[in-house]
Amino acid sequence: MKQALERLVNGIFKENPTFVLLLGMCPTLAVTTSAINGAGMGLATMAVLVMSNMLISMLRNVIPDKVRMPAYIVIIATFVTIVEFLMKAYAPQSLNDSLGIYIPLIVVNCIIMGRAESYAGKNKVIPSIFDGIGMGLGFTLALTIIGLVRELLGNGSAFGFRFADHAEIFGIYEPMKIFVMAPGAFFILALLTGIRNKLGVGKSKDQAACHDDTCAGCGQYPYCQGHIRQEAKEETAE
Amino acid sequence: MSAKYSNPEVSASPHVRAKLSTTHIMQLVALALIPSGCYGVYHFGINALFHILITVAACVASEFLFTHFMHKPVTVTDGSAVVTGLLLSYCLPVAAPLWMGAVGGAFAIIVVKQLFGGLGHNFMNPALAARCFLLLSFPKLMTDYTYGLYDSISSATPLQLLKESGDLGDISVRDIVFGNTGGTIGETCTIAILLGALVLLMFNIIDIKIPAIILATFSVCIMLFNYLLGTHDFNIYYLSAQLSGGGLMLGAWFMATDYVTRPVNTKGQVIYAVLIGLLIAVFRWFGNNAEGASFAIIFANLLTPLLERLPVRKAFGTGGKQA
Repeated sequence: MKQALERLVNGIFKENPTFVLLLGMCPTLAVTTSAINGAGMGLATMAVLVMSNMLISMLRNVIPDKVRMPAYIVIIATFVTIVEFLMKAYAPQSLNDSLGIYIPLIVVNCIIMGRAESYAGKNKVIPSIFDGIGMGLGFTLALTIIGLVRELLGNGSAFGFRFADHAEIFGIYEPMKIFVMAPGAFFILALLTGIRNKLGVGKSKDQAACHDDTCAGCGQYPYCQGHIRQEAKEETAE
Repeated sequence: MSAKYSNPEVSASPHVRAKLSTTHIMQLVALALIPSGCYGVYHFGINALFHILITVAACVASEFLFTHFMHKPVTVTDGSAVVTGLLLSYCLPVAAPLWMGAVGGAFAIIVVKQLFGGLGHNFMNPALAARCFLLLSFPKLMTDYTYGLYDSISSATPLQLLKESGDLGDISVRDIVFGNTGGTIGETCTIAILLGALVLLMFNIIDIKIPAIILATFSVCIMLFNYLLGTHDFNIYYLSAQLSGGGLMLGAWFMATDYVTRPVNTKGQVIYAVLIGLLIAVFRWFGNNAEGASFAIIFANLLTPLLERLPVRKAFGTGGKQA
């Protein structure tokens, strides 16, 4: 239970896929024109992530190491197809239209491949499921926040709710359309990542323990260059 | 040991310093911008002066506040913020609301300049980047070229007229050269801009190479487009309207020559200038908008790091066929 909770916190804060690992940038930048779109994309990705993490973890001793990539892709693609059909059937038409091609593109989302490679392929089923939930929640949260900020600044609405019928909100704020265009995505992503770094939620120095076997796939590697692992090894040797 | 050498300053070369400091250069650039500003205030009314003052104040305030609160050396006295503010305010239409300059100024200084490390580290011209930011954010307000204090004259800019109908109607080329047309505050009067450019050339602040190549390339391209795709003749009237209308002159003399965002080496500068001239012609002829100078220049700004690599030669002994 403790491990499950640790996985959740890890996914949402310490290794937030968007603000810390900076993975899955394509959907992050492309579909977050509104909070609803961001949340929809995040939930769809989370569904695939949880299912694929579970199945890959179950099959981790069956899949030969040499062909693990194609095997992972087949598993992920299966779940993406299921999610795509489900969304076509049950999700609101407008959400489906605006997410469009980005739902099938979840297959090549680095987060899913990354978690399969660095966590689910090496760990037991229950922690892997919680890893998927944590990462998925972190991704959903990040995309919703980016979408909300962009929607507020660029369109003057939140979750589709407009504060006024005309362009100026309360007569004082004129929506800046650049924020719902492509450049606005970069501005907001950079701004929010900067704020997160400044607040220091789960900075690498707080995270003294490395739980993965290798540095490959670790989001903190660019900052720690393997030092933390080295220190941890030396400590255990002593 | 004499007092002179008791505290030697150890620094990297070059040791010979020019007398011209950043502050001095910025003062001269600001001085060279005054004629266009004066004409803008004369032509568009007192509102233009408010625009200029608010934009400059916003730039200076953002520079001071950001450097102060981020615990960086406060560089506001070097005057670069003033120049940015002046250039940005010259890019605003007079009918725009007064807060426009403040928003643009804050964006220019904080996002484009200070977040990338301050003066000398900005990757594109702050004033132009802010102009494009405003243009994309508020497309309607930024292209509202109504002017006149008592009787509003709602006129299209010469370039919009050329784009829509192919001729200038009752505006003469003399009007365009002297700036008696609609447009943004500082870009209408070609004579005033050239006067400022003359000051910069006289004091050796800018080199004539970049503006000259931009204007030459632009002229050749736009005439070629007009000959091949438009009226099929070499129309001097059309060319002079294109040259003196819109942001081309202000951009070529004051913005494309920005020290930070242009290449340093000659080869790079030539390619940079040719690219700007070509892009302005392409944007004006094929684009949806009548004007494209600002987008062309910031696009070329982005290529500057690449162009800086041109004169790097191969070290002796590398390359060629191995024996």
